[in-house]
Amino acid sequence: MRPLRNIIQKEIWHILRDRRTLLILFGMPIAQILLFGFAITNEIKGADIAVLDRAQDIHSQAVTERLVASGYFTVQATVHSEPEIEQLFRTGQIKMGVIYPSDLGAHLESQQPVEVQFIADATDPNTATTLVNYGRAIVGDYQRELAPLAQPPRQIQTELRMLYNQELESVFLFVPGVMTIILMLVSAMMTSIALTREKELGTMEVLLVSPLRPPLIILGKVIPYVLLSMINTLLILGLSVWVFDMPIRGSFVLLFAESLLFVITALSLGILISTRTSSQQVAMMMSLMVLMLPTILLSGFIFPIESMPQPLQIISHIIPAKWFILIIKDIMLKGVGWAFIWQETLILTGMTTLFIGLSIRNFNIRLS
Amino acid sequence: MITIQANEVNKKYGDTIALRDLSLSVEKGELFGLIGPDGAGKTSLIRILTTLLLADKGTATVNGHDVVKSYRAIRRQVGYMPGRFSLYQDLSVEENLRFFATAFGTTIEANYDVIRDIYQQIEPFRRRRAGALSGGMKQKLALSCALVHRPEVLFLDEPTTGVDPVSRQEFWQILKGLQERGITILVSTPYMDEASLCDRIALIQDGQLLGIDTPAALRKAYPHPLWDLQSSRRYELLHFLRQQEFTLSVFPFGETLHLATRPDVPEHQIRESCYSQGFTDIQLTRIEATIEDCFMDRMAPTADPEIH
Amino acid sequence: MATSVIETHELTKRFGNFTAVDRITFQVQPGEIFGFLGANGAGKTTAMRMLTGLSRPTAGEGIVAGYDVYRQAEQIKRRIGYMSQRFSLYEDLTVRENIQFYAGIYGLPWRSIRSKTSELIERLQLGEVARTLVGSLPLGWKQKLAFSTAILHDPEIVFLDEPTGGVDPITRRQFWEMIYAAADRGVTIFVTTHYMDESEYCDRISMMVDGEIRALGSPHDLKTQYDQPDMNGVFLQLARHSERS
Repeated sequence: MRPLRNIIQKEIWHILRDRRTLLILFGMPIAQILLFGFAITNEIKGADIAVLDRAQDIHSQAVTERLVASGYFTVQATVHSEPEIEQLFRTGQIKMGVIYPSDLGAHLESQQPVEVQFIADATDPNTATTLVNYGRAIVGDYQRELAPLAQPPRQIQTELRMLYNQELESVFLFVPGVMTIILMLVSAMMTSIALTREKELGTMEVLLVSPLRPPLIILGKVIPYVLLSMINTLLILGLSVWVFDMPIRGSFVLLFAESLLFVITALSLGILISTRTSSQQVAMMMSLMVLMLPTILLSGFIFPIESMPQPLQIISHIIPAKWFILIIKDIMLKGVGWAFIWQETLILTGMTTLFIGLSIRNFNIRLS
Repeated sequence: MITIQANEVNKKYGDTIALRDLSLSVEKGELFGLIGPDGAGKTSLIRILTTLLLADKGTATVNGHDVVKSYRAIRRQVGYMPGRFSLYQDLSVEENLRFFATAFGTTIEANYDVIRDIYQQIEPFRRRRAGALSGGMKQKLALSCALVHRPEVLFLDEPTTGVDPVSRQEFWQILKGLQERGITILVSTPYMDEASLCDRIALIQDGQLLGIDTPAALRKAYPHPLWDLQSSRRYELLHFLRQQEFTLSVFPFGETLHLATRPDVPEHQIRESCYSQGFTDIQLTRIEATIEDCFMDRMAPTADPEIH
Repeated sequence: MATSVIETHELTKRFGNFTAVDRITFQVQPGEIFGFLGANGAGKTTAMRMLTGLSRPTAGEGIVAGYDVYRQAEQIKRRIGYMSQRFSLYEDLTVRENIQFYAGIYGLPWRSIRSKTSELIERLQLGEVARTLVGSLPLGWKQKLAFSTAILHDPEIVFLDEPTGGVDPITRRQFWEMIYAAADRGVTIFVTTHYMDESEYCDRISMMVDGEIRALGSPHDLKTQYDQPDMNGVFLQLARHSERS
């Protein structure tokens, strides 16, 4: 075991002495989680609205108060005509206009359908839809409260309940994705670069012309990156639990084990890349193009897989990250156990075995 | 006893032929030089002998082991120093040496006697990063790393390229010392003037052997009368001589010209024809060929376009 | 001397506490082949950068092609050519494209570029490979092409950086013959090298050790002065106690 320890120790020296890479390795996860957690968010808070109140009664005032009290809206202006609303849209001062009809009170009291008009800026359709939905929900709630003793309405009421992430906290969605990307980056890119660096330096030649067995060389070089990746996993999980109050509903041990599996998948991809390239630059480009882009775009991290065209959906099946994201979401948010994720785990294990097999076949005991 | 043997080794990279039917053998304890310019095939041959590369055709043995079948045995017995000094730039001198020692399953202490003379010269800097060493010191460290497991055969690929003359001279002295310990050494170099420091040399060009012998024997075998000419009008004299009937070849050679003539051309004939063209300051001396003259004489006529 | 094409007086370059080039003084005459010799790190590259207007001296004087190295770097750059052994040609461009590019960067008119390109291709007998990528040419051809493009704009001085290291002996001599021919036409050749045998082809040599010029003269004179058979011997005498190697 001495040669193995020797190689591991040397690799750790390399990592520790390369301050810049070290900074990226540990700075990036923190920066990304904080960025996604605080800055990039789907939630809307305090959107500016304009109110055109043709009713001018207690109901219209009550609805406006509720809109503001929800925290989603801030009344930016009270106007007297529709063209004024348009003007405010054009100058970008408001995100939504609310128009109460003059017969608002009558409709509400008689439990008839209410026609509060919400006008939103559809150049940003996501925000527009969200705002209008919030507005409608608030009006609907108010109407129902007005008639607590009345007979239940005859129409079918749908009730939406968001399970597992009731508050729709977007950070909960990003943490699994960011964790996946970081693990991919550290494990695959860093190992492929570390291995090709030895080729570039010519030290791989010397190592090959030594009694060291090639698998030992690779194992020794890869183990430090497994450790690094696992430290990163803990770092990301720690941040999400303590800073963003993200739950880990399932077993932590299972989550850790699955992360380890994914790290090994990524490492085997990194090794595979390094067997195919001989320069650090090419290794980096290949890692970015072949691994990072699909991981970001096709894993379901940013774009929902269900809304992709059929061919891309098929391709997404061969992206290891997709399966890993499913697994960690299941464990962290749903709190499910082994029985529900064994299929995904099996797929990842299969992929890893395949990559390692290919790497062994491609790795040369000689040069070229 | 033969330590290194290559039989009609061929190697191609795509359309480029690196080695064609190259055969040579090196005796135990010899200091053997592979002499040739960049791209001659020196590195390919060394890599085939160190089991790093497979020949397309032909066989080779090192210490009696076949380079393909018994590559493991060879890897235990040889030391190898690749063309670039393959060191970890971010590790210190001592860390590099210790790493390579352990890679070969040994320790610095166990083999200190082999590397002592070399390592002592860089030991004062043992905590310095390899990347911050001068060329000469890197060279010595790389050699220490290649020797730390007490190899029986040493392969050195252009160990003196890009190193200053003082370090080059010291390096050759080190190699002589290693040879006295019984280590067989195969060293490649593009410097023709290093040929005389080897016991035997092989001249290589375009993957082919131009000659193989002791440096003295190769020089003696130069087939033409050779003259050294000096003149203040070197360039004009060169063109004049090239047109003479007695000339076989004439080349600039440092400050002077080297002129190979047909046999039995008397000195006064050369002298007089130069005088007649106004080259009155010439100094003409009959000389023995250098290795570089031999190399040029044996080179296949290249397809180079002639420059006018 | 008024006729010198390069003239320096105690030219010095310091980087912080480190004196890379220490008060060098020398002259080079038109049409001379001047060798600038030294080990790696002796200060050759820094000195050459000052002479080519790429680096501002710390102290001393320097005149190149009649222009001051402090104030007239742009005029100097227009009157010199430069060739390093490996990096001056684009391997992924053809022979013709390389020549056109180098003619173009010196601002020659298009018509003149075209005629000069064709003329050069003919003179070097590269007609058959004019459309071939430079990367696939033999090293010797590349060097000739690199040298020819370096003097395409008729510079007064050409700076050559280790022009023939690692080349076979015949190609090396063909290359030196090209240099002789250019010098014969009056072009000054400034060769920096750490290959001692390469320096023997120069008319005059300056030997740099630890940033200083330790010896200056023709190869013959230096060999006589230090009683050595070759420049290698001269250098060993001079550099044995160098601090930087």
